[in-house]
Amino acid sequence: MTAPGTTGFTLPMRVKVAMYFRMLALQGSWNYETLNGTGVGFAMEPALRLLPQGLNGAPYRAALARESRYFNAHPYLAGIAVGALTRAELEGVDPSRIERFRTALAGPLGSVGDRLVWASWLPFCSLVAIGVYGAGGSALAVAGTFLLLYNAGHFLLRAWGLRIGLSRGLDVASALGQPVLRQGPLYIGCAAGFIGGIALPLALQRLTGPGRIVIGGIITAALIGIVLLARLRERAEGWRIALGVLAVFVLYSVLT
Amino acid sequence: MSLLEALPIALLGALLGLDVVSFPQAMISRPIVAATVAGAFIGNPPAGLTIGVVLEMIALDTLPFGASRYPEWGSAGVVGGSLFASQPTGMPGALPASLLAALLTASISGWSMVVLRRLIAARLERTRDSLEAGSREALLSLHLSGMSLDLLRAGLVTIIAMMIFAPLVKAIVNVWGSESAASHAVVVVIAATVAGAALWKVFHSVRRVFWFFLAGVLVWAVLLVTR
Repeated sequence: MTAPGTTGFTLPMRVKVAMYFRMLALQGSWNYETLNGTGVGFAMEPALRLLPQGLNGAPYRAALARESRYFNAHPYLAGIAVGALTRAELEGVDPSRIERFRTALAGPLGSVGDRLVWASWLPFCSLVAIGVYGAGGSALAVAGTFLLLYNAGHFLLRAWGLRIGLSRGLDVASALGQPVLRQGPLYIGCAAGFIGGIALPLALQRLTGPGRIVIGGIITAALIGIVLLARLRERAEGWRIALGVLAVFVLYSVLT
Repeated sequence: MSLLEALPIALLGALLGLDVVSFPQAMISRPIVAATVAGAFIGNPPAGLTIGVVLEMIALDTLPFGASRYPEWGSAGVVGGSLFASQPTGMPGALPASLLAALLTASISGWSMVVLRRLIAARLERTRDSLEAGSREALLSLHLSGMSLDLLRAGLVTIIAMMIFAPLVKAIVNVWGSESAASHAVVVVIAATVAGAALWKVFHSVRRVFWFFLAGVLVWAVLLVTR
């Protein structure tokens, strides 16, 4: 991911670092009223102190109030908004334009991030870790692989978002057309399919222990279950069905 | 389990529960990590890893989209990992009973997150005037108290779950009637079914993904034959 040439807008490094770390806590006050709006205000606050009259001056207070209102974005991509809005506030862009920009950016940042991270990157990394387990990996190898792989993407994405937001300001919308954001879920999906095909049977083998007949029986039973569950689609959540079936089995095993 | 014994586990549950939404969302709260760490905490990391993998396969089914209600796997992973790692090796009921306790904890903890979000919204309503006036103190107070309450929430869920489920799982394991292989197989089939259906749910719209999956299965089959 490369940022275009900046146009002379810079922030002191300590402010950028403070904003980055605050972004890790962006959802600390997530609620059903403002969603992560107050988190955006919290992350921007160190930069807003650079406004004329400084901390608690009238421009600072007006900007902080504006930026703490309703906002919705995927937390990892919120940096794009945080960076762009920070630049707009510090460059004195008209507040009504900032409001319109916030409204326009919120939806795409949520849906693009959900698709890329929650519905692609996270399950992919889980499958890789499950595969490491299936291949005989130790506890440290499995947990370590998952955390290193997942967070390489996580922390880079947050840093890229903040950088691109600060460098492009209100012209940041085009960044959402970035190939990784647009095509990434498709490629990650294919890779996850392939890894899943290896990882799940390998993990089942290790969980079950030796015996090809047993693993064959488990895979057959699971395939039937998968077809039944897939037919239910959105009408039933798999984990709830797992909870129900398990509860019945435990009850049966205790009573017999 | 005494309160004193449960306290360090609750602290771990609190920290990993905080990771789910509030800070830093580095996915140390995923069950494959949380249960493994909890197992290591008890002194039995392989047991933590085993139940962590089973829970992770089930957790593939839930995507943590913003306002939707979903199970909280951080505290649940800690509870499941601690309970399973505490059981003597080879007890047939240990895995199903610990898994059931973890899934119940995930469900209850998910509900507690909804309550917390409503509490934060109520607090926001009370401080709305200050926030609209651009008060730094009001914003920091709202944000930091939200995080502190989340930490407290996850810790409370973990300690309550441990106090209830530790003796319950022990009792279930002692009277367990099903044979060992069948008990294990039922858990594995449940996890495999949920994971497989979750993969289909998440990735079925990706072009050619089914062929990639089959290619993966083929690689596994070759490994199975050649090993």
